[in-house]
Parts: sequence; structure tokens; C-alpha cells
Amino acid sequence: MKTILLDELKPNERAIISKMSINAEIKKRLMDLGFISGEEIEFFAKSILGDPKAFLIKGAVVALRRNDCKKIRVSRIE
Amino acid sequence: MNNPFIYNNVDRKRKIIALVGNPNVGKSSVFNILTGQNQHTGNWTGKTVENARGRFKTKREEYIIVDTPGTYSLSPLSTEEKETRDFLLSGKVDLIVFVSDAELLERNLYLCLQLIKMGYPMVMCLNFMDEAKKQNIEIDIKRLSERLRMRVIPFSARKKEGIEELKRAIDDAAVPVPMKLSENKSPEELNKIASSIAKETVKREKKRKVNTIDKLLSSKIIGFPLMLLMLMIVFWLTISAANYPSRFLEELFSYLENLLSDFIMLFGAPKVFHDAVVFGIFRVLSAVVSVMLPPMAIFFPLFAVLEESGFLPRVAFNLDRPFAKCRACGKQALTMCMGFGCNAAGVMGCRIINSKRERLLAAITNCFVPCNGKFPAMIVIIALFFGGSVSSAIGLGLIVLIGVGFTFIATALLSKTLLKGEGSSYVMELPPIRKPDFLRVMIVSLKEKTLKLLLRAIKVAAPAGLIIWGLANVSINGESLLTIVSSALNPIGKLMGLDGTILLAFILGFPANEIVLPLAIMGYSGGSALMSATSGIGEVLMKNGWSETTAVCFLVFSLLHFPCSTTFLTLKKETGSIKWAFVSAVLPTVFGFALCILINFISKIFQ
Repeated sequence: MKTILLDELKPNERAIISKMSINAEIKKRLMDLGFISGEEIEFFAKSILGDPKAFLIKGAVVALRRNDCKKIRVSRIE
Repeated sequence: MNNPFIYNNVDRKRKIIALVGNPNVGKSSVFNILTGQNQHTGNWTGKTVENARGRFKTKREEYIIVDTPGTYSLSPLSTEEKETRDFLLSGKVDLIVFVSDAELLERNLYLCLQLIKMGYPMVMCLNFMDEAKKQNIEIDIKRLSERLRMRVIPFSARKKEGIEELKRAIDDAAVPVPMKLSENKSPEELNKIASSIAKETVKREKKRKVNTIDKLLSSKIIGFPLMLLMLMIVFWLTISAANYPSRFLEELFSYLENLLSDFIMLFGAPKVFHDAVVFGIFRVLSAVVSVMLPPMAIFFPLFAVLEESGFLPRVAFNLDRPFAKCRACGKQALTMCMGFGCNAAGVMGCRIINSKRERLLAAITNCFVPCNGKFPAMIVIIALFFGGSVSSAIGLGLIVLIGVGFTFIATALLSKTLLKGEGSSYVMELPPIRKPDFLRVMIVSLKEKTLKLLLRAIKVAAPAGLIIWGLANVSINGESLLTIVSSALNPIGKLMGLDGTILLAFILGFPANEIVLPLAIMGYSGGSALMSATSGIGEVLMKNGWSETTAVCFLVFSLLHFPCSTTFLTLKKETGSIKWAFVSAVLPTVFGFALCILINFISKIFQ
């Protein structure tokens, strides 16, 4: 399945989390918040200056810096 | 085993309840509803993290309840989580009340399942049921209770619904029959279980939508102005509303001062003693309290309302980028805003920052933004030297922006030198925008912040008052010590575009920024006691050689000098080391010193 970076997800788009190539500490933190392979994630909002971005996951809104968004791979839900 | 909750023999028999849950689920509300006035704050669950502990009664018995910091899981990633986990594992807890957000049940279940593994009797308090109803979320309580094998109580802290049922459930929570959860469930597996339970029990029609407020706050055009507007409104409310109580307190203290004076004279105490106590200690104390208390009592609750409503996390969201460039964290934007109310409160607020390095950055640079205590003097000086009240507002705004600018400079500087390091990865939850429980928020903030800081201020103001009086009234060769010291400081003062009296006023103003200008007036008029800095101040200043340059340098140094004693003590306590408190005192002073010299130099060239 074609995967894109979480950073590339556009407004109103949904995706499934595929792989997180991120350092252990933040990975653990993200997993606590529901960022787990197979979980659905949706673009929520972008901050005024473009960074960080916010995503809807498990009903909650989580903000992530773009550096980290580029380390998470997701596959779009068409 | 030494149990810090056991105060007396009666407590020994009481069961201890731990209140656990994700951040923003309303644990503190539940805690407050149950315990009412019966609570204290302290480091109950561990060495560093402060929690609230209290007592409450049900029909059957009395319990001790401990509030733990909001946490997403029990993995020891932060100090709070580590201490919460250690506390739960310590065996001191008899029952866990798990507070969950009905709008975010699935995510909350993750932590819940981890807790179930521990085998404690548990009760789930499903809070925000009223909000969930608004979002058309239906939860099958019975099924949820069956799957989790614990009582689930629908609850609304705001509407105060579910309290009796919760108390009954706590009474009934006997030795549990915990879910069969084998030891080694990976996060993925826990997640799957949470998902399956949620699918069975939660029905929601529409997903969480982007709130209108969210849209406005992230809009490129409206976002920043809107945030600035909210901040200005809070400032304006604070400054304008604080006037009346301040004046009232001044009069009250004036009256009390006379009473005190009569009282002491009744005992035939020597004049020196009388003057030192009445004109020294008491007067400085009353100056500090009457000017400090009203703004604090207004700003903190207002700020807490902004925090609870979800507005502030969005501000941190928007300001993360510039702070990230300084290798700091977006939450520093929030602590910086708190610093406008009171630097000490801003420093305390830095607890919300996870990374120790970033916490230090935020705490140390907090005093680069002007606090409420500096505003009155600044407004007076701007109005006197640079025209009416409109320019006061603009001038103040300018000073605020300069302060913010310096915050970034100082943060960047520290990031490259004393506090080197990479920015930590930044993950922040944006809680739903909710109408906060105004009354509770305001009362709690009054108790926690306002009173605490006031007490700390008083502790330094009293002895300082004595010292100030001493300097003004002890003479050598017909000159008071005050005059002698300010003369000695004159060369340095003049270099900075100020003079010795002003400099000494800043130094003696260490207990509270509010008394700096009154101290300068006292110095100029050869007075023996502090007087309020209102009428005739213009003439006094002109007579003593104040020019526009003096005014500018005063404003600059007022913005950029060492923090007040309350902030200094708070820094020492929060950072755990006096070294950082000193850094935060030296850094702005050096900046202010250098900038004043520069301004003075430039103005001399153009004369």
C-alpha cells in the first residue's frame, strides 16, 4: 500500500498509521496518545505559522511538530 | 511503613483513595466536589510533584483521597508519571477512582486497562457526561461496567450530577474480580482491547469537528490579533478593576497604621521602636499588600479561566514555532503570559513543561516580561514625560513587546550556552474548548496562587521595611545612610542615565517592584518614611533633574533588572538550586545596565 508522510496529509484527509520511525521516548509518548499502527488519524488544523500541526486521533486532538510528522508514515483512506 | 497521609490515629483506620486519570478529565473538579474545604496541597505522592490531599465522608465511612497529576500512561517517562506509578505500586492505596472523559473514552481506556492490571479495587467516574450528551455521544454504561468489571458512574462535575452514586460505588467497591489481563500486554494489544471495548459501548453520531474558535485561532489573518486581543482584555480588566480595591486597601491600612501606632504608644515604647515598627515594617508591608493583592486576585483567576477553557493550549500551539527556533517549547508562551500577571506565578507555571531543560529556560527568562507590579510606575512615568493616557497605552504595549523580544533573545542565548541541548520533541493535546466551571477555577486559583505568593511577599517585605526605615533614619554626620549610599551610587547611576537615588530605589525595591517609585520619591524628598507616589510626583522628579532620557532609562531598567524577592525565592524553590535563581537575576540586570548606558550615551551625543 502506498504510504505518505503524516506531514503530507491535507485538510479533511484521513489515514491509517503505518510506521513510526521516531526516537523511543517520543514514540512511547505518542503511543500513549493513541498513535499506534493500524489506528485511524485525521488532519485537524495547522497552527498560524504552519508548524506544529494538529491531528484527530481516538477522538482527541494532538499537536505535533512537522519534524516529527515527517517521521510517521501513514496510508491515506480514499 | 511511614505513611505521609496518616496524620493521626483516626487516619490510620481510613482508606486511602487515589484519583487517577488523563490530563483535562476534570480530576481536580471531582476532587474539589468530594472534599470541599477539606484539602491541602503538598508533595504527597512523591518527592517533587505537588498534589492535593483531602478527606470526605460517605454514608458509611470517611476516606482520605489523593489527587495525582494527569497522566496518559503509567510508563515512567516524566517525573509525574514515575511518581504516580511508584505511589500506586507502594501499597499505600486502597482504592482507585479512575476519572475518565466521556468524550474521549477510548483514549482514556488505555490508562484504565493499565491500572486494572494492578489489581486494585477500582471505580470509574465518567465525567463530562453533559458535554458528551451535547455531542450526541451515547455510552452503554451497563456494558462498559461488565467489560471492565467495575462500577461506572456517569458524572458531571459542572452540573454536580452523580455525586451520591459515586460515593455509594466507592463504599461498595470490595475486593475486585479483576479482568483477566495477563502480565505482558504490549501497547498495541492494550490498544486493541481498548478499541474493542469502546466499539461495544460508545455510539457517537458525528466526529469531533473543528470548533469555530479553533478555526479563528488558527486563521492566518485573525489568529494573532485575536490572541493579542484576549491578552489585552485580561490586562485591561486587571489594571482597571484593581484600582478600587487597591485604594480601599490603602485607606484600610492607613487606618490600621494609626491603630497600631496608638497601640504601641499605649505601652510607652521608645520612639525608635514605634517608628521602626509603624513607619518601617508596617508601612512597607501595607504598601506591598495593597498594591500587590488586588491585581493578583483578578489576574490569576482570569488566567485560570483562559487555561481551563482550552484557549491557552491553542496559544501554545500557535507560538510553538518561534520558541522551537530558540530550542524551547511552545508552552513557554503560556508561562510568559502568566509572567505578565506576576513573574513568580509565571515561574511556578513552568511546571507544565515536561523537559527539565526547557522548564529552566522558561523559568529563568520569565522576568523579561513586565509584571503587574511594574505597570503602575511605568504608566505614571510615561504619562508624565510622554503625554496623556493614549500614549501610556501605546508606550506600555511597546514595553511589553520589547520584553517579549528580549525573552526570545535570552532564551536563544541560554540555549546556546548554559542550557545547551536539542529541543525535545513536542507533543501536546489540545483539549476541547469547554466552558469552564468559573467559580471553582477562580476560588482554587485564589487559594493556590494569590494567597501563597502574597505570603511569600510579606515574608520579605517586613524585614525589608525595617532596613529601609533604618537607612532613612540613621544618620552619620547629619546625613542619613540613605543619602550616603545613594551618593555613593551616583556615578554608576549617572552612567546609566539615572542617578544614585533611583538606583538605590531599585535595589531596595527588591521585595516588590511596586515600591520602587515610592522609594525614589522618599529618597528625593529626604523623607523618613514611604509615602504613596501619586500627587506632586512630577515636580519632585523635575526638581531632581529628571529629563526624558532619565525617564526612558528608568523604563528600560524597570523592565530589565533582577526579579523581585518573591520571584527569586520561587525560582530557587522551583529549580532546586540557587545557581539558576542567580542567573535569572544577573541576566536581565546585565542587559538593562548595558542598554541604559547605551541609551544615555546616544542621547548625550545628540544633545
